[in-house]
Amino acid sequence: MPVKRFLPLGIFALLALLLFRGLSIDPTALPAARLGQPFPEFSLPVLQTEGTVGATALDPRPALVNVWATWCYSCRVEHPYLLELARRGVPIFGLNYKDDNDKAREWLAQLGNPYRLNVVDAAGTLGLDLGVYGAPETYVLDERGDIVHRHVGVLDQAVFERDFMRWFPRQGSQGASD
Amino acid sequence: MIPELGHVSLIIAFVLALGLGAVPLWGSFRANVAAMNLAPTLAVGVSVFVAIAFALLTISFLSDDFSVAVVAANSNSLLPPIFKFSAVWGNHEGSLLLWVLILSGWMTAVACLSSALPLTMISRVLSVMGLIAVGFLAFSLLTSNPFERLLLNTPLDGNDLNPLLQDPGLIIHPPLLYMGYVGLSVPFAFAIAALLSGRLDASWARWSRPWTNVAWGFLSLGIMLGSWWAYYELGWGGWWFWDPVENASFMPWLMGTALVHSLAVTEKRGVFRSWTVLLAIFAFSLSLLGTFLVRSGVLTSVHAFAADPERGLFILIFLAIVVGGSLLLYALRAPSVASRVNYGLVSREALLMVNNLVFAVATIVVLLGTLFPLVMDAFSLGKYSVGPPYFNAVFVPLMALVMPFMTVGPISRWREDSTRRWMHELLVPAAVISVLAVLLSWFGSGAFNLWVALAILLAGWVVLGVARDVWRRLTQGAQGAPRWRRLSASFIGMTLAHVGFAAVVLGAVVVSQHTEERDLRMAVDEVAELGEYRFALKRLSQAPGPNYVADQAVFEVSHSGRVIATLIPEKRRYLASGQVMTEAAIEASLWRDLYVALGEPIGADAWAVRLQYKPMVRWLWLGGLLIGFGALITALDRRYRAQLSRSAAVTAAVDKQVLGLAR
Repeated sequence: MPVKRFLPLGIFALLALLLFRGLSIDPTALPAARLGQPFPEFSLPVLQTEGTVGATALDPRPALVNVWATWCYSCRVEHPYLLELARRGVPIFGLNYKDDNDKAREWLAQLGNPYRLNVVDAAGTLGLDLGVYGAPETYVLDERGDIVHRHVGVLDQAVFERDFMRWFPRQGSQGASD
Repeated sequence: MIPELGHVSLIIAFVLALGLGAVPLWGSFRANVAAMNLAPTLAVGVSVFVAIAFALLTISFLSDDFSVAVVAANSNSLLPPIFKFSAVWGNHEGSLLLWVLILSGWMTAVACLSSALPLTMISRVLSVMGLIAVGFLAFSLLTSNPFERLLLNTPLDGNDLNPLLQDPGLIIHPPLLYMGYVGLSVPFAFAIAALLSGRLDASWARWSRPWTNVAWGFLSLGIMLGSWWAYYELGWGGWWFWDPVENASFMPWLMGTALVHSLAVTEKRGVFRSWTVLLAIFAFSLSLLGTFLVRSGVLTSVHAFAADPERGLFILIFLAIVVGGSLLLYALRAPSVASRVNYGLVSREALLMVNNLVFAVATIVVLLGTLFPLVMDAFSLGKYSVGPPYFNAVFVPLMALVMPFMTVGPISRWREDSTRRWMHELLVPAAVISVLAVLLSWFGSGAFNLWVALAILLAGWVVLGVARDVWRRLTQGAQGAPRWRRLSASFIGMTLAHVGFAAVVLGAVVVSQHTEERDLRMAVDEVAELGEYRFALKRLSQAPGPNYVADQAVFEVSHSGRVIATLIPEKRRYLASGQVMTEAAIEASLWRDLYVALGEPIGADAWAVRLQYKPMVRWLWLGGLLIGFGALITALDRRYRAQLSRSAAVTAAVDKQVLGLAR
């Protein structure tokens, strides 16, 4: 049997391997511009109270900063898991991104509020400083307030256990705070 | 209840497809006539249940059933009904269902129109298509169920359809494109059936040829519409971006172009057989690859679907089974004796070989460019994006290379021809077009442009050659039947497609070379000039739409003192999603488009505005229409119908013989 007949099959096998490798790469995993650096300084209003806050308000740490908006469908998908994380004691700060304040308040009243605090970034300036790719996005701040991890897309149990657990060893496992 | 019924129909369709993929195929090897006879019935059964599922999903969209997840994510109560309808396939799950619906449509067409084929052949063809349906129905049911419910927290209103997709172009673009994509499964199934039987002969090529032409024609029309949609909807006047998703549809087209021509040789002369089979496998494999690239999130693109690695893995496994399996079958069963070379270097076979080589190389070039970022990423060499410069640099010369042969091909003779005869036929057209190329490029734009002159030379060469051929066929030969009847449908189709190709090339070169554009700030009562045209901004206003609010700018366009058009570009803010869309205003004509798009507002009463003058841009899409309809017309050729009725008599005999052997 002529070997060259198998050539197309061989080439395809290589291609398939490449595509398989491609599946495990996330093309949206652009390195956060500020990975390993302090959370950018800002002065922005808070959703549910009066006045403005800065980066020092993101306390206690380590904590999550979750970029969300009511116009974002995937945010609705991940919302129940954020509530679950908050219940387990993971501090979550919200960054309400390019959104409408009334709608955002209504959302939290309706679906529950997992956030310790919600920073209102109506113009998207803080998002620009952070290098936000699109909502939802979730950042990890370590004890010192440095950004140490960034996740683009819906945060769920699988993602949390894979990428976030090391910063939240106590709260991470299910039922730890019960 | 309706979504659940849809889900059940989909499951029934899956079970029937399993039966279709297994029983007739088994029967064809066991010479079990009853099992083989089941094929058409099962094929129609799959179609019916897929159609029911699709209709039920459509009802969910039209009745604003936001408890269905895809409806909640992609529709809105304010969305105009026609877009609620097209929203059915404006998302991953629904478009996958459309994919399966069209596949089953092709299956039904094959089942109904192929009664003259040998039973073993038709049952294997339908079984192979059934197996493809199994894969896609499983994909839909296991990873992308369109009927998934949000019963616990049903949203009050939907998230709205992506505003980019709220456009008439989107109503027909995906169905046409899928007709082409999925239609390539028919020649694929014929190729696999032929490999299984070990009989790759001219009759196999004749059977699959009209199907291939029709599928390729739809693919041409779909790509053409996509380009047109991008032009007026994306708001910056481009018409082709070499975006991964565009490439995903373009690669099967390029491979299909080679296949369409190669099938002609195999049908008429019985050569290139292994090559033709390989092309049929590749063309469909590239459609599957396109599906993988678009839906797995492996590549980023403006119009990729929501990405999900699990779905990607599923398609990849499916791709590996289908393509790997067919290439393995090819390796084991392709004709072991190379067809004896019985054609000269100067012959139609050789010219069609040039076509095949050029289009195969073009496919590889586009594939490499599309996958390069992935390769670099896979080896952690960084994030890259391959831009238009690469594609243009390699693709344009390839197309220029093939065009001189396009004129000679149709007039050349099979087997052995003479260059002297070619010279005799084509010397006059060559001389005429050389002079015209220089003159026209000069008069058209006032200055000599080498690229435009070359484009006119090549496109004109194709058109004049075709015209010469038509003239010769009409004037020569015996008297008798009306002369136009000597032009067969396949000749007319080919002629239209070649002229269309020339029009696309000419339009592409002229619009790239002579487009003029200005980006500027304009306030009310200001006037801007672009070439010979004056654009006056008359007023700014706001207008509510059904589900958006629009800022409008009213421009009055005049040419040599006379008002020729009023253009009203819009900036729309969609209420449900808050997304902002640019709606360009275009004054179109055969020779030039005037294109106005709004950028961002600057202050209270001024806007950033982009004005464009695009000469001959329409030729791109007119050419695309000619190519697509040309291909569809070839399938009407009387010879296919004649073959069918004639072979009906033979079929019974062949079947008997095959069955006898199998026993």
